[in-house]
Amino acid sequence: MNIIQVSHLSKIYRTAAGETVALDDVSFDIKKGEFVAIMGPSGSGKSTLMHLLGCLDTPTSGMYILDGENVEKLTDDELADIRNRKIGFIFQAFNLLPRTTVLQNVMLPMRYAGVPMEERKERAMKYLEMVGLQGRLDHTSNQISGGQQQRVAIARGLTMDPAILLADEPTGNIASAQAEEVMAIFQDINEKGHTVVMITHEPDIAQHAKRVITIRDGKLVSDQMNKHQVKANPKKSAIIDPTKDLNLG
Amino acid sequence: METETIIESFTTLTVNKLRTGLAILGIVIGIGSVIALVSLGQATQQSVQNSIQSLGANLLTVIPGSTSSGGVRGAAGGGTTLTDDDAKAIQTSSTVTTIQAVSPEVQGRTQLTAGDTNANVTVIGATAPYATVHNLSMQSGLFISDQDNQASSKVVVLGPQVVESLFPNNADPIGQNVRIRGISFRVIGITTSKGGSGFSNTDNQAYIPLNTAQLQILGQQYLSSIALSAKSQNVMTEAENQVGYLLLQRHNISDPSQADFSIFSQADILSAASSTTGEFTTLLSGVAAISLLVGGIGIMNIMLVTVTERTREIGLRKALGAKKKTIITQFLVESILLTFTGGIIGIILGVLLSFGISVFSGSLFVISPSSILLAFVVSAGIGVLFGWYPAQKASGLEPIEALRYE
Repeated sequence: MNIIQVSHLSKIYRTAAGETVALDDVSFDIKKGEFVAIMGPSGSGKSTLMHLLGCLDTPTSGMYILDGENVEKLTDDELADIRNRKIGFIFQAFNLLPRTTVLQNVMLPMRYAGVPMEERKERAMKYLEMVGLQGRLDHTSNQISGGQQQRVAIARGLTMDPAILLADEPTGNIASAQAEEVMAIFQDINEKGHTVVMITHEPDIAQHAKRVITIRDGKLVSDQMNKHQVKANPKKSAIIDPTKDLNLG
Repeated sequence: METETIIESFTTLTVNKLRTGLAILGIVIGIGSVIALVSLGQATQQSVQNSIQSLGANLLTVIPGSTSSGGVRGAAGGGTTLTDDDAKAIQTSSTVTTIQAVSPEVQGRTQLTAGDTNANVTVIGATAPYATVHNLSMQSGLFISDQDNQASSKVVVLGPQVVESLFPNNADPIGQNVRIRGISFRVIGITTSKGGSGFSNTDNQAYIPLNTAQLQILGQQYLSSIALSAKSQNVMTEAENQVGYLLLQRHNISDPSQADFSIFSQADILSAASSTTGEFTTLLSGVAAISLLVGGIGIMNIMLVTVTERTREIGLRKALGAKKKTIITQFLVESILLTFTGGIIGIILGVLLSFGISVFSGSLFVISPSSILLAFVVSAGIGVLFGWYPAQKASGLEPIEALRYE
């Protein structure tokens, strides 16, 4: 079953200086339970693709069906609802609410969905436990390390049980030891059945995925299964470079 | 959901306490000054009304000369057109049916001495009806009687403030002697205080028999005024007309516009004073409203800064599923919380301020519930009004733009 169906998707930015084709006739499908890395150098259009996949933006032409819903011509509020229910976002800069506790950050999407308070807490606890942060519930987001912040973001992304977990350069702002931890969590939740789509420009991070799509100059240049999927080993990495964690407050 | 939004907004506002405090300050000053100034206006209005009313119910006053030649006070003792006979005529005329009591009066300012103390007071030459017409009551002793007047007795009734000035050691003044222009008068009574303010201080007056005043003190046969008490408040206009026509006839004047006297009723003075103090209140409220407006603009400014500062946060919220309405609500709740808090502090400040003013100036302490209610509604309204634009701006942000914003 296809969770994502993209066909002939194009995005053209029109400015006073002229037209910029950010995405040019891209088509692919992603099935439920896949772990896909979208690779490409900066300026390749992968961020534009991520915005379109994340329903943060609408395409100039082409079709995008997410979990059976055609999302091209929806209003802002309808898109907000789709994002809330179907997409779990993980950003490069974590984007947690400042001065807000870990628990409250994780509960935020459920609040917008109108989930009752009791259930919110229950679900948030479940996913925080999954990412190993059950002991940090009442810490505010600026009291924990970058790697921990990203794990909070993953828990937040999972609470609505979305169709896809969409990660934009999830390891871009954290140390490699913690990047390994994040990859381990991704592989773990993927094994539990979640669909993960990860945008990255780092080939060794992309190697953790089961399938790699490469974009260049707005065009899809390759789409192949990763025969040599690397298993993340957080413990090993932590032993190699344990000081990195301390450098990032 | 709603209580959560309020708690969240409250937390956000407490993060930057100085800024929140300064934003609130504008509203505090605005609401505080509205409450204080409106209450000051109302207190003035009420105290003016009280003092006018305390001068006597159903009071009509005839003074010599026309209004164009001077005000009520200015004409006193100046004109020479009112005589004792006029007063007697009003009392005895068969055409004047609505007048209950007639009080012919002369007055002048002079010095009273008792032993080595003295006081400058208004001395009024009065007859027995004076007390009834002017609503005077006695604290002790008696008022001037008809016999005192007929015999031109040298007796005097003192106002409480005069007693204070002349007899500072609390000695009972009744039976003591007071000198007016070198002539010795025996004190026979003290009037009850009316707590008059500067406008018309009846407490600083002394009363002597009319005849004594005319013959021995002021040396004039004319009257400063004739005070009349109508039978009821409903016949004031009729009484004014009856007395007016009688006097015109007696003075041989056919054209009422040429009259050599004027008649004032208490109602005229009251309504004139009320409208003046009413305008005064409106003016004060207007000034206060301007400061409230400035406070509101301050709130809008702060909210706009907040929206810009929190662009990333807004973007994140939208990415996670916050709808336009949710973002608008969040920012509106914040601005309403700001103005509402400011409003409450402002009300407290305003009430304290007007209480302080009343204590200091000895005026009345009047706080109308309507002005407090109005302040509440206005402060919340300002929150909505001036918070609306920043909230709209926040909700209109594109989530990608907002997320990219550094």
